[in-house]
Amino acid sequence: MLDLALKGRPRYWIWVSFLITMILIGFICWMREHHIGAAFTTGLSRDVTWGFHVGQLTFFVGVAASAVLVVLPYYFHNYRVFGRIAVIGEFLAVGCVLIAMLSVFVIMGQPSRVWNVLLHATPHSIIFWDMVVLITYLSLNLLCGWTVLHAEKKSAPPPKWIKPFIYWAILWAPSIHTVTAFLYAGLPGRPHWMTALQAAHFLATAFAAGPSLLIILSMIIRKVSKFDPGQQAINKLAEIATYALIIHLFFIGLEFFTAFYSQIPDHMKSLIYLYQGLEGHNRLVPWMAVSTLLAFIGLIIFIFPPLRKWNVTKVIAAACVFFSIWMDKGFAFVVSGFIPNPFDRVTEAWIALNEFLVAAGVWSVGALVITVLYKIAITVKEKAVFDKYGQKQVVE
Amino acid sequence: MITRRDFLKIAAFSSLLGLGGAFTINALEKEPGQKVLKDIKALKGKRWAMVIDTRKFKTQEDFEKVIRACHKAHNVPEIANPLHEVKWIWTDDYEHSFAGTAEEYISTEVKERKFLLLCNHCDNAPCVRVCPVKATFKRPDGITMQDMHRCIGCKFCMAGCPYGARNYNFLPPRDYIKELNPEYPTRTIGVVEKCTFCNERIDRGLLPYCVEASEGKIIFGDLYDPNSEIRKVLSENIVIRRKVELGTQPMVFYII
Ligand code: SF4
Ligand code: SF4
Repeated sequence: MLDLALKGRPRYWIWVSFLITMILIGFICWMREHHIGAAFTTGLSRDVTWGFHVGQLTFFVGVAASAVLVVLPYYFHNYRVFGRIAVIGEFLAVGCVLIAMLSVFVIMGQPSRVWNVLLHATPHSIIFWDMVVLITYLSLNLLCGWTVLHAEKKSAPPPKWIKPFIYWAILWAPSIHTVTAFLYAGLPGRPHWMTALQAAHFLATAFAAGPSLLIILSMIIRKVSKFDPGQQAINKLAEIATYALIIHLFFIGLEFFTAFYSQIPDHMKSLIYLYQGLEGHNRLVPWMAVSTLLAFIGLIIFIFPPLRKWNVTKVIAAACVFFSIWMDKGFAFVVSGFIPNPFDRVTEAWIALNEFLVAAGVWSVGALVITVLYKIAITVKEKAVFDKYGQKQVVE
Repeated sequence: MITRRDFLKIAAFSSLLGLGGAFTINALEKEPGQKVLKDIKALKGKRWAMVIDTRKFKTQEDFEKVIRACHKAHNVPEIANPLHEVKWIWTDDYEHSFAGTAEEYISTEVKERKFLLLCNHCDNAPCVRVCPVKATFKRPDGITMQDMHRCIGCKFCMAGCPYGARNYNFLPPRDYIKELNPEYPTRTIGVVEKCTFCNERIDRGLLPYCVEASEGKIIFGDLYDPNSEIRKVLSENIVIRRKVELGTQPMVFYII
């Protein structure tokens, strides 16, 4: 099937070349970092040692995990509406896990030693488990998506042996994001991160941001190809995102209550820093204001059925929710965990250009993989789509 | 449970301390001006700890002597920018050293005192727990070690340490060493480093550099030995530790 990725219209090739260029730029910037040192190429410091890249890990693991939202109803509850986009969800997960794994890889000061994580496997370190669950999830999604698509190409039902792997992937999805939450939740000196709600909150944000991205991708697929992921499926995704978004906002409220009712300074300070500024440091306040505003615009649109169902407003809301959560989880959450520092001082951090370009390179790797996989999936599905009920797609 | 690997480590280590250690002590005692650990016996029950008598540090020079002794001997790069500096032992004021537990109405004299800060060699060290490659590990005698050749530079330990005691080499460290000590290795960019209680000296029966340079203001010894000097000092003075409430069990005590 891979050959299907080699035939495409000029705009496909322009997009692919753009991604490859971004990957090369990212790679050069990353090499530069190792040459002159992270002091000049990142916004990081002694006090804030994790920043933008770790944020990308956190965010994209979530988007990857959210594939379960289309896979589970389809394979587990026989929800046929998701038949057409199950593979789209699985392939999105593949690309996002790749972004997540590369995002950890690029923060390493000594990337050539990365094998030490396996050579000296350390079960009490969460990074070890994160690596294990991510690699497993990547393989599972690639295997399941590919096999099911292959069967579709031959107009046959998926082989029986793939079932256990599909169920395994379903169980695995929440675990990848839980383990990622554990990277933060168990650190004694970081009260902002140390909440038992962390994993649940991560899943809520993931289940809002992931479907939002799927909505946008589905609309794009509809525009550029003859394959239609299905209006009903897109509407359902918006519903799921609505519930998840509400839970996310509710969880933020819970964090605020716990911090401010208990009045424990260490638990309040990071929140104050984020939303109001601490001791004259307020670099993230406008950032959080925009993130909050976007979340509420998304919420209002999603909550009213006519607005949610109309495709124009739906896409706007999906974009708002996606970026709101990206801003929060993909940067602010990580940085604010380090504020204040162990000496009760504030050191702020920002995204450096070099750092951003490295991240853009990493996103491009993910986007390239998703593009290629989607190209294959769409070409197969454009011809004929048989879901497990043998329902053929109607191409308008 | 002791694994075979641990057993070998302990065996190797105790032979170093027991036999080799005794040998070097004898050899070194002849060298003038070098203070020697008296309580090196067997590995069993040993837990190194440090007491800093903050009352005795009076002048800036008192601190500088100590810091210089450590940083010079360990080739610690001198980076001026506080955002990216590397420091194994340094000072801060009362309020920030004991952030969270500092008393507002304590005497002005204490408030104005400076406190020596370094890795606490916590008994229950979060930095060890989170390191994915065992580049940060515990020796059986309580020292939290840092293997600069295995560290992958993920900086997880820096998020884990509640004491700000770890340093990441954001810059090529060798460019910032003024006076090179050829006896001690230098580091590369992209790895983490920190105080190691001068494990290289302890293994030879010598006191850590800072203890030696402090001329009695810092007491070092075995916490598990009821007859050691450190136990005597601890029982006779009021001491505080940084962020005990986190359960990390810091092994550096401060006499107030
Ligand atoms: S002070 Fe920090 S670096 Fe030292 S042992 Fe404790 S947690 Fe680890
Ligand atoms: S930066 Fe080095 S020492 Fe610290 S956790 Fe990572 S590998 Fe271990």
